[in-house]
Formats: sequence, structure tokens, C-alpha cells
Amino acid sequence: MRENLHRFFRAARGAGVHVSPAESIDAMRAVAQVGLTDRAILRDALLLTLAKSQDEKLALGDCFDLFFSPPEPPQDQTVSDDKEQASQDPDQSPSSHSENEASGGEPQEGLGPLAQMLLSQDRNAIQAAMANASGAASLSDIRYSTQRGIFSSRILDAMGLQRLHDDLDELTATNPALAERLRTALDALREAVRDTVSQGLALYAREEAENLRNEILRNAPLARIERRQVAEMRALIRQIARRLRERYSKPRKRQRRGHLDVRRTLRRNAAWGGVPFLTAWKRKHRDRPKIVALCDVSGSVAQVSDFFLLLIHSLHEVVDDVHSFAFSSHLIEVSEILEKKSPEDAMAEIMSKVGFGSSDYGSSLVDFEHDFMSTLTPQTTVIVLGDARSNNLDPRADILRRISERSKRLVWLNPEGRLAWGFGDSEMPRYATFCSVVRQCATAQQLERAVSDIVATYQ
Amino acid sequence: MADQKASTSIEAVESGLAAQGYIASRQIATAVYLSQQIEKPILVEGPAGVGKTELAKAIAAWRGKKMIRLQCYEGLDEAKALYEWKYAKQLLYTQILKDKLGEVLGGAQTLHAALAQLHDFGDVFFSKEFVEPRPLLQALEQPGGCVLLIDEIDKSDAEFESLLLEILSDFQVTIPELGTVSAITPPTVILTSNSERDLGDALKRRCLHLHIGFPEQRLEERIVESRVPAISQTLRRQMVGFIHEIRSLDLKKLPSVSETIDWARVLVLLQASELDTEIVKDTLNVLLKYEADIEAASPQITTFIAKAARSNVFG
Repeated sequence: MRENLHRFFRAARGAGVHVSPAESIDAMRAVAQVGLTDRAILRDALLLTLAKSQDEKLALGDCFDLFFSPPEPPQDQTVSDDKEQASQDPDQSPSSHSENEASGGEPQEGLGPLAQMLLSQDRNAIQAAMANASGAASLSDIRYSTQRGIFSSRILDAMGLQRLHDDLDELTATNPALAERLRTALDALREAVRDTVSQGLALYAREEAENLRNEILRNAPLARIERRQVAEMRALIRQIARRLRERYSKPRKRQRRGHLDVRRTLRRNAAWGGVPFLTAWKRKHRDRPKIVALCDVSGSVAQVSDFFLLLIHSLHEVVDDVHSFAFSSHLIEVSEILEKKSPEDAMAEIMSKVGFGSSDYGSSLVDFEHDFMSTLTPQTTVIVLGDARSNNLDPRADILRRISERSKRLVWLNPEGRLAWGFGDSEMPRYATFCSVVRQCATAQQLERAVSDIVATYQ
Repeated sequence: MADQKASTSIEAVESGLAAQGYIASRQIATAVYLSQQIEKPILVEGPAGVGKTELAKAIAAWRGKKMIRLQCYEGLDEAKALYEWKYAKQLLYTQILKDKLGEVLGGAQTLHAALAQLHDFGDVFFSKEFVEPRPLLQALEQPGGCVLLIDEIDKSDAEFESLLLEILSDFQVTIPELGTVSAITPPTVILTSNSERDLGDALKRRCLHLHIGFPEQRLEERIVESRVPAISQTLRRQMVGFIHEIRSLDLKKLPSVSETIDWARVLVLLQASELDTEIVKDTLNVLLKYEADIEAASPQITTFIAKAARSNVFG
């Protein structure tokens, strides 16, 4: 049983429930207390000890149901009450009122064990053999759907397929009818094994597959992402936002206990002639970041700006206030649109207002200086996201210098690779002189790092 | 067989809590049983008013133990939760004992001798007498054990969680001046949370995690039956059915068990024999706490009553 529980823990990890060793020990202790006879209680006990949130409970509940109800064995017999046995040992269930007599015929002499098993239609035995074989083939190591074939054949080999083939060859010569029956049974067995492997894949490989997909997505260039992946990318960005929130939204005022605030203490205790009955302690205040974001939404950079704005605007707990501006040939403020509408609608509206023009950094900077310079304070971080390709128009780097002087930091995120900076109509080197930081920002991962660094400077 | 014992013990928990007027679902009973067996705190999450705090009270009443409650809020620190030095008392004593101090130290010839003599007194002013025990320390010091309820842990700061870790896993606290205080009898610890913020993994790991949602119709009927015995069976069925319909709406604040009980009391007071549109409209503010919610639910009242009545016939 312990073996089975361990496999269940691995399956739980596969389902995205974080089962630490300590939790598995707790679960073991709990199971030892409640026993295995009552499946509902076992389920409750495991949910109580392993799952630590409502989502995890749901995932683990599904995982439990999947794990403790193995796929149907080859014979199509009536499904019977498998409850009791299932909770005792998932591998030997479901039990059946085994109808051994079915289609008659005692096990033939001289046949291999697998053939005998198949012919006698002993459901439990087949099930057990299949479970053992999947153990031997270490099915719980399955990671990718492409491995299904190899695991199926490994399990069948472990069950003695080779011997079965020999038997089949022999029987075809001596007893064609029996051989035919054996062949049908074998087909059914193959199917059952395939189901077992699929179940194993569903149980053990989910997390791995997701991780792999996310990893690929994180490093994919945002600008050239396919339409069908946009939704996934949004989910990923939200995930990143959550991570950043968790990391940086922690307490803003940190008490410095142990540092006596002498002035406040004296003032408080003036009534007692300065004898310090009440003490006052120093506190340290921390600013939350103020961000002004200028995003290029011209064709080449629009997609990256989209994700960037989504990320910045889902950081409410971390960032005090965000003013977002979008520009291509001229510049408008878009904070309100982003706050009020869903990400898709907001982006569509922004695009309809300023998008898809050819970018003109100079006149956009003029717009900003003219209307919004007052949003900058010495606590503000200004983030410019764009490729700095100004179509050979006047870049007005002098405005950028003034922006840089008025703000705490000026960060430029460029989706293009460093090698392209300064070639063609790129004004990047000229702008870079006035920026505190210039970095490449083409993938979700780079985006996360960039935003994380910006927020971290306020900690 | 051990297994057999477990399920009967869980039933015993259920009936024990029921005797205190708390109708527990199987999952709750299992959690309470397990927390006792493997000595782990229970972290209870769920919407407001489903009986998280009541659970702790019922356990305390059932086991005949004292309940110590620590209400969490932002800014709660160890001085208010764990222990505090009675600073004013210490100061007062030093003032009073000033003369005594002079007497004691009078014999000393040099500064060094005086200091050595002073050392002999030890930490008089940092002894047990000057410690003001707060709920957490009180809970550890109960000789017969107790039920410690840490209410709304999600309202406290993240640092406070870390403070709890030692208590939750080992049932002990360390006071630098006094050493480690271990529990005489490990208390039963219940933490409640409304999921206002995510709790740390370290805290969650040390607890059994129990989520109490809105109860099923049958269970809720039993809860109403035990809390408001005066209500008739038909009305009880109807009102619980009605509330389940209301919960299917998209409201700001769904009515929870405490609202159901309040409503049952109100209906009994108004001597209603069965639900009708008029009486529901008049008393809807007991169930729904936002004007917008009441407006959203009002047009549906008649349909819901009809549905509740129908399910009554078939159920």
C-alpha cells in the first residue's frame, strides 16, 4: 500500500499539487489513522493533508478519482461494485464476479502464462499482471505523449508478449479456433494497455508537459507570436504578474524595532516629566514605484507593447500608480482605457486611436512634453518601450534628456536585438545616452526580468 | 480493526459536535478527528458566515475545554499576540526599590563589587512575574489544554505568520529572556481565513487544510433544524430551497449559513407558515446585504419560490 501511496503522491505532483516530503509524511500518518476501508474518508484525509487551496483540492480530487479507478480490463464484463477493493489496492480493482466459465475451454497445456490468463479471462489476474508490468516498465516516469508507444510495448514485453506470439504460432497450426480467440483477446489487451499508458500520461506527465510548453512560450519572441498562442501568452503574463506581486507586494513599512525614536518618545512622555513610560520606535517607509510608460504601438512593436501594458497594469498591489501612454505618430494617454476594459477590448481601442501609423518618436515626445510633463516626479520611473526606429525623422533626443532629468530613472526596453541598434533608421544609440538602463526585451522572460528589476529598485 | 475504529470515531465526532448544535459534514468531522490524532492545527477557509468560528466554539464546548480566541488584524504583533513585558510595572518597581537597591549595594567598596552583587540578583525584572501573557502564551499555559482559535489570520501581516510557525509545529514559543515555553497539553488549534490574501506555504504546510463551502441542501436543512427548532418542516424546506436558488445568482455577497439561520428566526418571529412573495420581499434584507443584490434578486422571487416549492414536492 505504501508503494501505491507514493505513486499517488507522484501523480498528485503531476496534477500540479505541490506535495512536499513533509506533507507526504503527514498524509501517511493520516492514512494510518483512518485506514483504507472507507474510500470517501481516505479521499477526505488525503485532500486535507495534501491540498492547500481550493484549486489544489479540485485538482487533487480529480487525480484521486483517476488514480483509484484504473481503466477497464480487456474483457467486456459487467462492471461491478469495485469500491471496496479499489480503496485497498487500486491495482487489483475493479473486482468482478469473475465469469470464468465464459466461452468455455480450460487453460491449454503447454501454453505460456499470459496466454492462459487471456484464455481463462481472469480479469483480476490480468489487471494485476498489467499493474506489475507497468511498475516494471516504470510507467510513472512517462513525460511526453510521444513516449506512449514505447511504454506500451515495454509493458506488453514485460507481460510476456514474446511467449504469447510463440504460443499463437503454435496454436494456429494445431487449434485454429483457439488461436483466433487468443488473437481477439490479445487485441483487447493491447487496447487496455494503451488505456493504462494514457492514464499514466494523464497522471504523471501533466506538469512536465505544461512546464515545457510554458518554457517554450517564455522564450518565444513576443512580436512574432502566433494568433492561437495569444491567449496562452496572456495567461502566462498574468502568471508572471502574480509572481511579481507575490514577491514585491509584501509590507511597505518595515518597522525598525530596536531603534528608539528619541524625539517621539520624549514628546509622548512629557506628562510624566520625561520618564519614558511609553516608548516610540522608528519606522522605515518605503515608496511604491510610480511608473510612466511610453509604448510604441506602431506595427513592428505593437504586440510587445500589448503584453507589456497588460503586465504593468496587473501590478496594482506592487505599483502605486501607472500612467500609460501609447504612440506611433502622435501620443495619447491610455491608462483609463486599460483600467476600464478587458485587455482585448482595450488594445483594440488603443489601436484604433493611434495604432498602425508609422512611428514618429520626435513628435510623440513633443506631445508628451507639451501635455504630460507634470506627471513626472523625482520618484517616477519612466519606461519607454519601442524599437527607436523613427523613419529618419527628427528624434528630438533633447526632450528625452529633459524627461530623464525630471525622473528617478529612465528605462528603455527595445524588442530588437542589440546588433540591430543603430543600423538603418534606428536612433537607439542617440537615445541611449540619456537612459539609466537600456535592455533588450523581446520575450516574456526578458519582460519579466526587466519589470522585476524596475520594481526591485524601490525595495 | 483500526479502520473500523476510525470511521466510528469520525461518527463520534459528528454526533459530539451535533450535540453542541453544530451539524458537521463528513469532511469537517474527518478533519477534526485527524487534527486530534496527528496533532496538527486545522486551517479553515471559506466564505464569511459558513461557521468557521462556530466550529472552534463547538469543539471547545464538546470537549469541555476553554476556548482562547485571538482576533487578527493588520498591525497585530507579538506584543499583542504572544507576550509583553509589563514595562510600567518594571519601571514602577525600580522606582520603589531604589532605596532598597542603595542598601543592598551599600556594602560594596568598588564599582566592580557593586556590579558583581547586582549580577547576583539575576534578572529579577525579566522574570515570569513581569510577563503579561497574551492569547498564544495563555493557550500554551492551560494545564488541561484548550481550543485556540486564531481568527481571520489573513487579516494579519505576513510577519505575524512566521511568528506562528513555532507554535503551530511544536506547540512551544521561545522568549529570549526566559527560554522556551512548551505547551503542558498541546492545544487544539483552529485557524480561520477568508482568503483575503494568500497565506504563506510554510504556514499552510503545518496545517490540515479544510475548506468549508456552502452546505448541501439536506445538510443546511439539518443545520436550520438544530438552530431554529421552532420552524415547521415545510417552511424549512422551502426557505432552504429558496436560498439555494438565490446562491445561483451572480451577487456581490451570497447569503451564507448564518444568514439562513437569521432568516429562519425572522420567519418564525413573523409567524409565517410558508413562503410567499410578500413576506420574502419584506425580509429580503436579512439575506442580502447590498442594495444592488436586492435589486438583482427581486424580480426572481416568484420564480424561486415556485421552484423551491416544486423541489419540495419531489424532494
